[in-house]
Amino acid sequence: MEVPILKQGEFLIATIQAALSDADLEHLRLALVQRVVRFRARAVIVDVTAMDVMDSFASRTLREIALMIRLRGAETVIVGIQPEVAFAMVQLGLTLEGVGTALDLEEGLVYLNQKFKALN
Amino acid sequence: MFAGEIRVPINSDQDIVLARQKGRSLASEAGFSPVDCTLVATAISELARNIVSYARKGEIALQLVRDSRRSGILITASDEGPGIADLRLALRDGFSTSGSLGLGLPGVRRLVDEFQISSSSGHGTVVKVTKWRLDHREK
Repeated sequence: MEVPILKQGEFLIATIQAALSDADLEHLRLALVQRVVRFRARAVIVDVTAMDVMDSFASRTLREIALMIRLRGAETVIVGIQPEVAFAMVQLGLTLEGVGTALDLEEGLVYLNQKFKALN
Repeated sequence: MFAGEIRVPINSDQDIVLARQKGRSLASEAGFSPVDCTLVATAISELARNIVSYARKGEIALQLVRDSRRSGILITASDEGPGIADLRLALRDGFSTSGSLGLGLPGVRRLVDEFQISSSSGHGTVVKVTKWRLDHREK
């Protein structure tokens, strides 16, 4: 299951469309980091609205994505974590610490636009 | 409602997704709330991942269960892998031998109502967890 990555201005948007296996998540990690370099993107939004479960592997991989992208000088925002998924994550002890989050894609874009407007 | 046991062989990371999807639909059919369906699916995902990471192959069995007062779902994760030498250590938050976050078993324990594990070095591992349906659960 390949995750489509869309370029929108200086941002990249990856929309997860179904449950992902570990291999799919690892593939997404590589694809995103490569594209941040190729497109000189300033930020990445990962939309996880369709993710059924965020277990320890998924949340670790998302954290790694955000950390790698930060090393490239860009920012990552995870959007669309469903309320049930958030509940399960907290029970499991997973926090996505240090990773930006927003309610949905729209909020994520507003957040990034404001942030980069302030910088320019 | 008691359609017997659903058994999902776990041999790869793809099977982790399959097992948790089957668990979610079984929980949903049994009338679990959306939050509890997600907790069940997440617990299955973690248990199946332990099988893939530590034992390479094993099985997740899902079964609707009932006692005198309530109904629930029983998840049995079994493998014939290397087993766990020190169960007390493995159940402690923050312990891991595979370089993962080490939240596996203690985390799963928090997601469910009952948690049972039997394992010994060289003889595989069996983890049995039960989630009771919220309206039946003991307060």
